[in-house]
Amino acid sequence: MIEGLFWLFGGTAIVAAFLCITGRSPVASALWLVLALFALAGIYVLLDAQFIAVLQVLVYAGAIMVLFLFVIMLLNAGRPGVATDMKGGAGRVTAALLGLGLVFELLAIRGWMPADQLRLPAGAIAELSREHGAVRLVAEPLFTGYLVPFEITSLLLLAAVVGAVVLAKRKL
Amino acid sequence: MLLGPSLAVSAVLFALGVAGVLLRRNAIVIFMCVELMLNAVNLTFVALAQQLGVAGQIFVFFVMAVAAAEAGVGLAIMLAIYRHRQTVDLRNINLLKG
Repeated sequence: MIEGLFWLFGGTAIVAAFLCITGRSPVASALWLVLALFALAGIYVLLDAQFIAVLQVLVYAGAIMVLFLFVIMLLNAGRPGVATDMKGGAGRVTAALLGLGLVFELLAIRGWMPADQLRLPAGAIAELSREHGAVRLVAEPLFTGYLVPFEITSLLLLAAVVGAVVLAKRKL
Repeated sequence: MLLGPSLAVSAVLFALGVAGVLLRRNAIVIFMCVELMLNAVNLTFVALAQQLGVAGQIFVFFVMAVAAAEAGVGLAIMLAIYRHRQTVDLRNINLLKG
């Protein structure tokens, strides 16, 4: 059951990602990417990361992709009739060969597994999530052990906000 | 156990993202392929978090924050480039190529 659902979501993600990189229009590419991100959120639920799945839908499929679509339409890059932006024969062959090579490399190192002493017993995260709730599972370490990285992230976001305004504003 | 299949899906998604960066010329589409790669890495983090502890899920949180900042600044740069050149096609933007 879970395996079947996993392959449904995984297959959807891979097909949508392929259509995203080969789609003619940037708007279609963006919408295929949204589908891939939704499928990934489904996989996160199957992997006992419910809170991350919610964040994926809210932040990625919601906020970030709306920003992308907004800019595509603002730049009028999605109009039909424009020649495709795909590279020609040599570029396609290079991309396919490098992509395939990378897949085989990554699948080869997949055989490496963490040492047994490091591994949690099966279902440990699901058990913790059932005891404390899915949000607390992530939030508690985030606000204790990872407090300094969390604060630095807020600084990063502040810098990004200021930078985006400075770059995109016509006259300050 | 979904660890092996998750890492396989993640590997394919990452390679598709790399292929997309090499294949396309539109800067915005290339940017979306970079987001695809970030998501493939997130999937690896979540899959390994199931076995190695919840720290993996917290790293996904940080990756999402960095991706949001990157999308905001990157798209602002693209707007600025479009205002000067009326295009985001990378054939016409090669100032740093020398």
